[in-house]
Amino acid sequence: MAIRRILIANRGEIALRVIRTCERLGIETVLAASKADLGSLPALRATRTLCIGPAPAAQSYLSVPTIVQAALSSACDAIHPGYGFLSERAELARLCEAEGVTFIGPTAGQIEAVGDKLRARAEAEAAGVPVVPGGPASSRAEAVELGRRIGAPLLVKAVGGGGGRGMKRVDDLAGLEEALALASAEAAAAFGDDRVYLERFVARGRHVELQVLGDGAGTVIHLGERDCSVQRRYQKLIEETPAPGLPDTLLNDLREAGVRFARRLDYRGAGTVEFLVDVDRQEFYFLEMNARIQVEHPVTEAVSGIDLVEQQIAIAAGEGLGLRQEDVRLAGAAIECRINAEDPSRDFMPSPGVVKQAVWPAGDGIRVDTHIGSGSAVPPFYDSLMAKIIAHGPTRADALARLRQALDETQIVGVASNIAFQRRVLADPEFAAGGVDTAYLTRLAQREPALMEA
Amino acid sequence: MSLGTGDLEQIMKLFEQSNFSELKLKTGDLELHLRKDGVVPRASAAAQAAPEPVMLAPSAPAASALPALGPDEVDVLSPLLGVYYRAPKPGEPPFVEVGQAVEADTIIGIVEVMKLMNSVRAGARGVITAIHAPNADMVEYEQPLIRIRTAG
Repeated sequence: MAIRRILIANRGEIALRVIRTCERLGIETVLAASKADLGSLPALRATRTLCIGPAPAAQSYLSVPTIVQAALSSACDAIHPGYGFLSERAELARLCEAEGVTFIGPTAGQIEAVGDKLRARAEAEAAGVPVVPGGPASSRAEAVELGRRIGAPLLVKAVGGGGGRGMKRVDDLAGLEEALALASAEAAAAFGDDRVYLERFVARGRHVELQVLGDGAGTVIHLGERDCSVQRRYQKLIEETPAPGLPDTLLNDLREAGVRFARRLDYRGAGTVEFLVDVDRQEFYFLEMNARIQVEHPVTEAVSGIDLVEQQIAIAAGEGLGLRQEDVRLAGAAIECRINAEDPSRDFMPSPGVVKQAVWPAGDGIRVDTHIGSGSAVPPFYDSLMAKIIAHGPTRADALARLRQALDETQIVGVASNIAFQRRVLADPEFAAGGVDTAYLTRLAQREPALMEA
Repeated sequence: MSLGTGDLEQIMKLFEQSNFSELKLKTGDLELHLRKDGVVPRASAAAQAAPEPVMLAPSAPAASALPALGPDEVDVLSPLLGVYYRAPKPGEPPFVEVGQAVEADTIIGIVEVMKLMNSVRAGARGVITAIHAPNADMVEYEQPLIRIRTAG
């Protein structure tokens, strides 16, 4: 079924990015916007903008019936959910299926299969995809045996726990029994449940994810990986492709594993399979699958020359995959930097307001995805992402040099931003060397307290 | 002519409800320049724009197309995006008509969102002077549905 008009159920840079591809394809766009976003760039750029509700997302962007009603009433063939908000809500996919509106994304069943962590882990194991070694330990003898198989260091975690409570690290298996007894007693006291499980502890991990495309009928291809290890409290700040310095065998195994996982689900659309790479053991483990377009998808587009939103639309329209794996050529390296309206000197507190002046970079290999121009608002109701600056070059060093120059050109006046912070990270020799782990930013902040100054 | 504080408040309110992004007004020695948050001149967005696709026709009159509110008039706004129905059921007489007196709790219509019916109340006591939204049309959040000349 041809898609001629798409309702965009999102806001910010991703809304504008989807609009751009639609314009190129001659598809009309209807933007579902909250009252706070009626003056935004995507609202001005969409073919038509509908006010779907007040500023709080619960009454606008997160209202499934309102989104579907808006699509039906404005005669849209399809809904693009972007990322966040309703993008991974099976309820929306299901209502679309019932109402005959094409959901640009996977099936409701696939969203549910990957949304449940335990089920996703079981699917990974069934697909022969490695998961973090571990499991429940019901008896002392069983736990000791399991601990031997996992190897040290490992974690003893309370089944009912969370947030680090009831968790013990075991560096030497000789101390395992003692740690088990202690963790079990603590768990019983804290959560009323003395059950514990063991899990391998990854001292140094890298976040490496695989971009996949599936036709929904068992064919899955990948467009290479992205390394998103530069994180602060699980918030990604810099992403790149290829993942620097990974051995070819590990990378090939990871790519095959990611494709196997998506193939097992007959995955439809664009998705990302996330892995934790254990630096010391040189192994990788499945973490989860994201059933949507990712924030960091432009680095993949830069090296592959493939428009992922266009692919999403084509697959949703039933055209299948227009590509075979051998058609995918990954050229050069790309790095993306997120520019957020947040204040590093105040513990990265969001800094909403009106951007008095926005100067974005341009030039060879530079792409800027943003919804912020001079005069744009950063409303306090949503996330603080203002822009993604992506640099592409023949080598990682070229891409990095371009990105550094691009950030020097970038200026935001009126709200606090993390531009200076990102400049310092890009200038750091450890980042420049490539292959940092997820604890890198914490280390850098300790080494250079000045990093946190605006 | 000179404008008082009340007039200015009225102008700002009208501007806020309108689809216009900028307003410049000069009268006597008063100069007023209003701009809505987040709005930048269209030109900067158009600079990088691809050819515009065929525009969708708006399905309902925009707030800016409505005549200005009189001093004692109020518009009843849609509480949500949905389909506006003037009558309880097809073929039945409308809840209200122009010229009819209403109380604050008088139901003036229904807004349907995915088969869920939400009744809309007048919210003010007075007489209906206009019905803005056509029956069975989509209305957006806070789109004016009817106008009331308030009494007391």
